[in-house]
Amino acid sequence: MDFNFTEEQTMIRDSLARLIREQYDFETRMGVVNSESGWRPEMWAQFAELGLFMAPFSEDDGGLGGGPIDAMVVMEEFGKGLVVEPFVPSVVCGGGFLKHAGSAAQKEEHLQAIMGGASTFAFAYAEPRGRYNLADLETTAKKDGAGYVLNGHKAVVIGAPWADKLIVTARTGGDRRDAGGISVFIVDKDADGVTTRDYPTVDGRRASEVYLENVSVGADALIGGEGEGLPLIEQVVDEAIAATCAEAVGAMGVAHQMTVEYSRQRKQFGTPIGKFQVLQHRMVDMFMEHEQSISMTYMATLKLGEDEVERKKAASAAKVRIGQSGRFVGQESIQIHGGMGMTEELAVGHYFKRLTMIDSEFGNVDHHMRRYTQLSATDLKAAAE
Amino acid sequence: MNLEFSPEEIAFREEVRAFIEENYPEELKGFGSREDLTRDQFLAWHKVLGKKGWSAPAWPEKYGGTGWTSTQRYIWSEENARVDAMMPLPFGVSMVGPVIYTFGDDEQKARYLPKILSGEEWWCQGYSEPGAGSDLASLKTTAVRDGDHYVINGQKTWTTLAQHADWGFFLCRTDPDAKKPQEGISFILVDMTTPGIEVRPIITIDGGHEVNEVWLTNVRVPVENRVGEENQGWTYAKFLLAHERSGIAGVARSKRGIERLRNIASTEVLDGEPLINDDSFARKISQLEIDLTALEFTELRTLARESEGKGPGPESSILKVKGTEIQQRLTELTLEAVGTYGAPDYRGFPEDGSNEFPIGPDYAHHSAPTYFNFRKTSIYGGSNEIQRNIITKMILGL
Ligand SMILES: Cc1cc2nc3c(=O)[nH]c(=O)nc-3n(C[C@H](O)[C@H](O)[C@H](O)COP(=O)(O)OP(=O)(O)OC[C@H]3O[C@@H](n4cnc5c(N)ncnc54)[C@H](O)[C@@H]3O)c2cc1C
Ligand SMILES: Cc1cc2nc3c(=O)[nH]c(=O)nc-3n(C[C@H](O)[C@H](O)[C@H](O)COP(=O)(O)OP(=O)(O)OC[C@H]3O[C@@H](n4cnc5c(N)ncnc54)[C@H](O)[C@@H]3O)c2cc1C
Repeated sequence: MDFNFTEEQTMIRDSLARLIREQYDFETRMGVVNSESGWRPEMWAQFAELGLFMAPFSEDDGGLGGGPIDAMVVMEEFGKGLVVEPFVPSVVCGGGFLKHAGSAAQKEEHLQAIMGGASTFAFAYAEPRGRYNLADLETTAKKDGAGYVLNGHKAVVIGAPWADKLIVTARTGGDRRDAGGISVFIVDKDADGVTTRDYPTVDGRRASEVYLENVSVGADALIGGEGEGLPLIEQVVDEAIAATCAEAVGAMGVAHQMTVEYSRQRKQFGTPIGKFQVLQHRMVDMFMEHEQSISMTYMATLKLGEDEVERKKAASAAKVRIGQSGRFVGQESIQIHGGMGMTEELAVGHYFKRLTMIDSEFGNVDHHMRRYTQLSATDLKAAAE
Repeated sequence: MNLEFSPEEIAFREEVRAFIEENYPEELKGFGSREDLTRDQFLAWHKVLGKKGWSAPAWPEKYGGTGWTSTQRYIWSEENARVDAMMPLPFGVSMVGPVIYTFGDDEQKARYLPKILSGEEWWCQGYSEPGAGSDLASLKTTAVRDGDHYVINGQKTWTTLAQHADWGFFLCRTDPDAKKPQEGISFILVDMTTPGIEVRPIITIDGGHEVNEVWLTNVRVPVENRVGEENQGWTYAKFLLAHERSGIAGVARSKRGIERLRNIASTEVLDGEPLINDDSFARKISQLEIDLTALEFTELRTLARESEGKGPGPESSILKVKGTEIQQRLTELTLEAVGTYGAPDYRGFPEDGSNEFPIGPDYAHHSAPTYFNFRKTSIYGGSNEIQRNIITKMILGL
């Protein structure tokens, strides 16, 4: 057992932290968020240059030989800086599908482009009526000669306005909500029949509604086996959960620090409000929630390679804990800032907003509590047999 | 970063598992770590471990520790929890032992440490007083120098299992004129058979006799029983409290408790179905288990830091607060799972003194008293509010 970071991981963290400090201060970020495009392609290119996008991939795949821990390191720094650029959608999800199930040709074409930053992926999995069930799909892909024709509506696809490629989940068979019959496709965003409606999200990012109308793709667009996509999707989503938890950890840490600092400066009743025990103990609780979230993020990240039930339970446990901690830390940060916490001008409110939205990404507390509980019941039955 | 055990660690696990299976006293099986055991029951496993050299894994090797890594110690507590072992009580092994080998002189080390390790001598902790609880430094028990003796007068309270104790470590005021209350306190080892000591039971809400008042009237103790410098006892007392906290998370034990809870909930019936199938109850167990997982990894991170030579710091307060919250929640849910058979007072039944208990399922008998008893965990060892004060000061810097 070992909880140390490698030298490469420490180096990535330090250089990324410096870059964010120098070029991603809060005011600059707000300028970017409010700009026409909502992101900085040149920043994205700098992240690529640092090697961030290559870090989590094996050397065989052309990466730096790291894995999920490297993604965790990156996302914690992204969380601290409230970075909006789409590392999780493009590198963790897009790259993740290719890493696990891409053919040699697909890796050659797409994974290289993701790692170099030349191509940006978004992950179109959610649907308006599917809530958090990854299998609840109305989008269809019908066999058409060697290829497929896709139809459907994908909801709140984070980072899609900035992407040139989409990973789309669709039904090639089975009934709505069946585990079987789900397939995963790479779709060019500018393919005929793809239309998007782009919009900002409440936490400073951009997303799209993606409409697919008789979109033709070739056989080479299919990642993994036809109809066998669900286990692959679950694996990648668990990896995305671990990375998102790391982002939450980064954001929680900063929100907590800002709050402690504010309570030191702000005086009422002739004394810094940080002297009031009722606030002190709440800030201690925030500190403990943050620490527990770090622990859970390590746990989920380190268990991504374990057998399926263990991995899923770990991811769900982490997402539950982080959802709860993020909500608590976010709400208390605002409360202890008093009226100032309510203002758009202060950074703390933006951390609160990001933490709030993280809960609903890849399944919220209730969803993962349910998944965890069901998996435990499976475990119990297996033990009894 | 990785969670893998090395081949050596796996071999170690096999070794300790086999040792526990072969040597854990038959008569203790199924007892768990209850508070109402006899002196011999409390000490049975401790004595076996003492012979093996495993009663104080965390001590430095030269004083009789095992030299195990933090991972080995983690494995050790997991394996003991598998059989719900009654571990050596903390007062000797985790509290006074480390104070003696860190601050004591050579004679004290030679006199006391071996008998702590072997389980031959039982220790109790004389810190709290009626007027000095959380504000421990306000303690009033005095030790007045008279030739080569101290004469101790005062009253201690909440002294755990003092009725069995051979020795006690006491905080006494040796300089009543010190400028600050923390100054002028000394750390003194007292033979509990010394004339002038009276131990009176306090019965707790679970009906048990776990704590006592200890009255000290003109108790004469040789000066060589003082550990370290006169008037420096507060430093040693605080050192001890940090050590006390780090073992307190009780992760392995709580894991075992959740397993037991799941079994109870699989046996109890609601609307003709196992209670565990009830979604709202099952989710409470899930929440508890998730929180315990977080605590487990926080403890592992703390252990990893400690093995790099950074001793238990203020972050051990998290382990205390979260560990005790989970233990309390576990006893609460167990009582909930048991349902109506939590109500009968088992002390009212067995007339022949046997363990046979005719009313309700076995697992129900101790569920309510254990829940009542575990309210103590957020009070003792520095209450959870005091832990939050410590974090406020030491970590938040407010
Ligand atoms: C949306 C909005 C509308 C408002 N409308 C009006 C309005 O119409 N008219 C008007 O006059 N004002 C208005 N206010 C101001 C509002 O009354 C103040 O925000 C409020 O009194 C708190 O003061 P503060 O923001 O300076 O926070 P602070 O007083 O600085 O408090 C910061 C934190 O410290 C805590 N705290 C402060 N003192 C103590 C203490 N002694 N013990 C424990 N904790 C303490 C607070 O609870 C809070 O969590 C409005 C505020 C908002 C956000
Ligand atoms: C079962 C049991 C076993 C024990 N065993 C031993 C033993 O073996 N040896 C020994 O020496 N002692 C022992 N104790 C005593 C224990 O250490 C004390 O109970 C503890 O220190 C709290 O002191 P108190 O009971 O006087 O409560 P008080 O200090 O009176 O506290 C009452 C309440 O006020 C809160 N409070 C106090 N100060 C503050 C503050 N500054 N800020 C916020 N809240 C505060 C506390 O958290 C608590 O909730 C034991 C206690 C119990 C219950």
